[in-house]
Amino acid sequence: MPATLSTVAYVGATILFILSLGGLSNPETSRRGNLYGMIGMAIAVLATVFGPQVTSAGYAWIVGALLIGAVIGLYAARTVKMTQMPELVALMHSLVGLAAVLVGYANYIDPAASAGFQGAEKTIHELEIYIGVLIGAVTFSGSIIAFGKLSGKISGKPMLLPGRHWINLTGLLVVIWCGGWFINTHSISEGMTPLVIMTVIALLFGIHMVMAIGGADMPVVVSMLNSYSGWAAAATGFMLSNDLLIVTGALVGSSGAILSYIMCRAMNRNFVSVIAGGFGTEGGTPAAAAGAQPAGEVSPISSAETAELLREAKNVIIVPGYGMAVAQAQHTVYEITKHLREKGVNVRFGIHPVAGRMPGHMNVLLAEAKVPYDIVLEMDELNQDFPNTDVAMVIGANDIVNPAAQDDPTSPIAGMPVLEVWKAKTSIVMKRSMASGYAGVDNPLFYKENNRMLFGDAKKMLDEVLVALKA
Amino acid sequence: MAHVMAVPQGAVTSAPEAVAEAQVIGVPKETFPGEKRVATIPEVVEKLIKLGFRVVVQSGAGDEANFNDDSYRAAGAEIVSDATQLWASADIVFKVRAPQEDEVAMIRPGQTVVSFIWPAQNPELMQKLAARKATVLAIDSLPRTLSRAQKMDALTSMAGVSGYRAVIEAAHAFGRPLNGQVTAAGKIPPAKVFIAGAGVAGLAAIGTAVSLGAIVRANDTRSEVADQVKSMGGEFVKVDYEEEGSGGGGYAKVMSEGFQQAQREMYAKQAKEVDIIITTALIPGKPAPRLITADMVKSMKAGSIIVDMAAEQAGNCELTEPNKAVVKHGVTIIGYTDLPSRLAKQSSTLYATNLLRLTEELCKTKDGKIDVNMEDDAIRGLTVIKEGGITWPPPAPKLSLAPAAPAAKPAPAAPAKAHGHGAAAAPASAKGTAIAFLVAAGLFWFIGAYAPPAFIAHFTVFVLACFIGYMVIWNVTPALHTPLMSVTNAISSIIAIGALVQVAPPISGAADRPEAWIIGLAVVSIALVAINMFGGFAVTQRMLQMFRK
Repeated sequence: MPATLSTVAYVGATILFILSLGGLSNPETSRRGNLYGMIGMAIAVLATVFGPQVTSAGYAWIVGALLIGAVIGLYAARTVKMTQMPELVALMHSLVGLAAVLVGYANYIDPAASAGFQGAEKTIHELEIYIGVLIGAVTFSGSIIAFGKLSGKISGKPMLLPGRHWINLTGLLVVIWCGGWFINTHSISEGMTPLVIMTVIALLFGIHMVMAIGGADMPVVVSMLNSYSGWAAAATGFMLSNDLLIVTGALVGSSGAILSYIMCRAMNRNFVSVIAGGFGTEGGTPAAAAGAQPAGEVSPISSAETAELLREAKNVIIVPGYGMAVAQAQHTVYEITKHLREKGVNVRFGIHPVAGRMPGHMNVLLAEAKVPYDIVLEMDELNQDFPNTDVAMVIGANDIVNPAAQDDPTSPIAGMPVLEVWKAKTSIVMKRSMASGYAGVDNPLFYKENNRMLFGDAKKMLDEVLVALKA
Repeated sequence: MAHVMAVPQGAVTSAPEAVAEAQVIGVPKETFPGEKRVATIPEVVEKLIKLGFRVVVQSGAGDEANFNDDSYRAAGAEIVSDATQLWASADIVFKVRAPQEDEVAMIRPGQTVVSFIWPAQNPELMQKLAARKATVLAIDSLPRTLSRAQKMDALTSMAGVSGYRAVIEAAHAFGRPLNGQVTAAGKIPPAKVFIAGAGVAGLAAIGTAVSLGAIVRANDTRSEVADQVKSMGGEFVKVDYEEEGSGGGGYAKVMSEGFQQAQREMYAKQAKEVDIIITTALIPGKPAPRLITADMVKSMKAGSIIVDMAAEQAGNCELTEPNKAVVKHGVTIIGYTDLPSRLAKQSSTLYATNLLRLTEELCKTKDGKIDVNMEDDAIRGLTVIKEGGITWPPPAPKLSLAPAAPAAKPAPAAPAKAHGHGAAAAPASAKGTAIAFLVAAGLFWFIGAYAPPAFIAHFTVFVLACFIGYMVIWNVTPALHTPLMSVTNAISSIIAIGALVQVAPPISGAADRPEAWIIGLAVVSIALVAINMFGGFAVTQRMLQMFRK
């Protein structure tokens, strides 16, 4: 295949990738979008393999490696539970990161790759390798830690080392210094030392960064790592002078960056403070400073009474949170929804942008449970409907329904957009105990006159509600 | 705001000083003949008082709706003996029917009146009300398409009650049970009911008739209501003619001649088959469409019933006589115009709640003073007379990007809220933008001055790709953020190409090339990325399969 043909194939692949992302604007077109992505990828790989840069000597290696990867990948895709999606995505990001590191190293030790470069071009090429490896390494270790946290293998609590900002700053300075050293080396063996030192620091930095971030900030981290994996691909593209890699990397990178931004805005926090880690940990005494601690009586409710309320309601809004995912309660939620809808009750779901552990987490879980997507609405779409709602049911969510975000300017989550469940005639909060949410802020919702608390494991309680409803 | 300052002239003198500032809501007894409803009920009185108002109710106002003076008194209202005293003491008057001649005469300048007005049908009344220098809120002029307004929509709540009552009136006059039965004494066929117009009243009628056991068919010129008809248990009868009849605001529009011809044929056919016809067809500001002709009535079986819910607007049936039940050609034609009033307790409760919601909108500060805010779309629509000036009809409701309406004050239109997350929260400050531009310009200059040409080409591609990504991603619906992440993750497997070109490049065989190392690293990379590539696309596909309606 001549070089021009493979270049044109790359252009085709690029267009297909753009169409693929464009298709996701709507569930109707999304499946076709994914298909475009697959075709684009197939074209890109085939055009490369049969293009001028690969000789037939490599075919066996390539086919073998692809087969191994394909088997593992397809197996994982088939068996993963939808509640484990965040983990899987994080793990996959780490693979891209690791691949970027390996490709960077392979490119560096290949004298043929940099043979044609002189002067500024050589410096830029080396810089590209350096940056590619750096981003790849941070993505790799960060994603591994994120995977550990999401799957519960590592505690979800933020791990805050003393003077962690200084540690990060020192790391950054060392990385820059190594970069200077690396560019000025003259042989490959000489340059290896700074490259390895930098890689180790980048790996440690990735670990440290994600360790410092708590569970509920995970949506930001996962989308940020998504972005990094894109930038790593783009850096590799620069290194190899390959436009397809650059374009695709940039698409993925900006996608992740926008998602991070959306998630941050949904929490009314800025990106730097999320990445810097912890919630209100800067000032020493976080929530205590909030002063006005809500107080009063909470009114517990039984599952039978909950069923009674639901049965008599005309409009019901269900607000799911991470607790629903943990308890694997989405199928029971759907059963209840189906039952109520058959009885003519208008049941809808209100999804906060940061509910769960990754962007869109709740939507996927509900879709898995066969909840039709046209009754699953965004916060902005139904927030004004709460006053007309008879029952608002909060399942395993806390901060995203906290009225303090609106009422109490001193609250750490002040200004965060929240679902206004307290405006419903009755709100029911399903919770294990009275513990506060991720942000460590007490929730005045629990003490409101029209709020009822249904204590217990979400799955178990919902099962009981379902039985009572059918009775 | 003249009425805020107006000290109620006939205010009950025993009122404590503190509440003297609060405005007084007055609820007179309805004077329209046969009207049994009342504009507020004791339960709502309590809530109005919580909003900071004083409430004065005319003695006997709620008697016909089963709310006696004592229950109002217990809820905190003051009872006055006659209408004169009430109109004199109230700052705001809540009524059901539009003010009658004698009531108009009692309106004070600056007073606010809330009731049904029907400004289009009653231009004379409008002139008289305006002459009294009052502010008039016509609950029937509420912009119904605003979802926020639904809680105040008295037309809907009254229509629901009327639809129910229409079926009950029909069943009462009909000589048979509505449900089919097989008894030892023989078979009773189920009644066939045809409902013309599937608005709120029509749907309520469908539901009621279905639950009484009748076979229910319905028709509406707006084809989108077919599903609603089915959801209530009715059968939707289509007119055999292609034309869309939605006229905005949930009403139908006048249809073309060809359509009307086809519609008449369909009605004629239904008239021969069914036992009961209930018509609810209304077109705003126009006489009701004539759907049932005298010939159709003649063709109906003896003992059939027609309930004409549009009787007040001249009727959907030619032979309807408003306010009466008449028998013509063996068919009982019921033209009652007081259907909601016949369920006075429930209608009053619903209407009182509608007005309570309206009051909440008018008094957001909960300090017992209303503010007729003409910037608010819902309130603007309701307000047909503001301090003596006729403000009806209202300008068309502002749609996202429509130019600011020529309202009293041309306030700057609020920036339209764009779809999804597309709009930035607020435009960045000029200073911030300038700094960002300077930094970007400096960076670009640096790259342009020092970078080699090959790099510039790639850099161009990179920057443009970032912009494309930015544009495309903002369109992604938040519900698909997880699939987005997994598909972008799969796409980032494109890094495989970096490894592919290293496995067996055509220039191999160079002297000091560590071939084994390179192949090893590249092959491992390919395998890792392949996991991602296949796994990522497969899991995305699996996820997207699950998103269904």
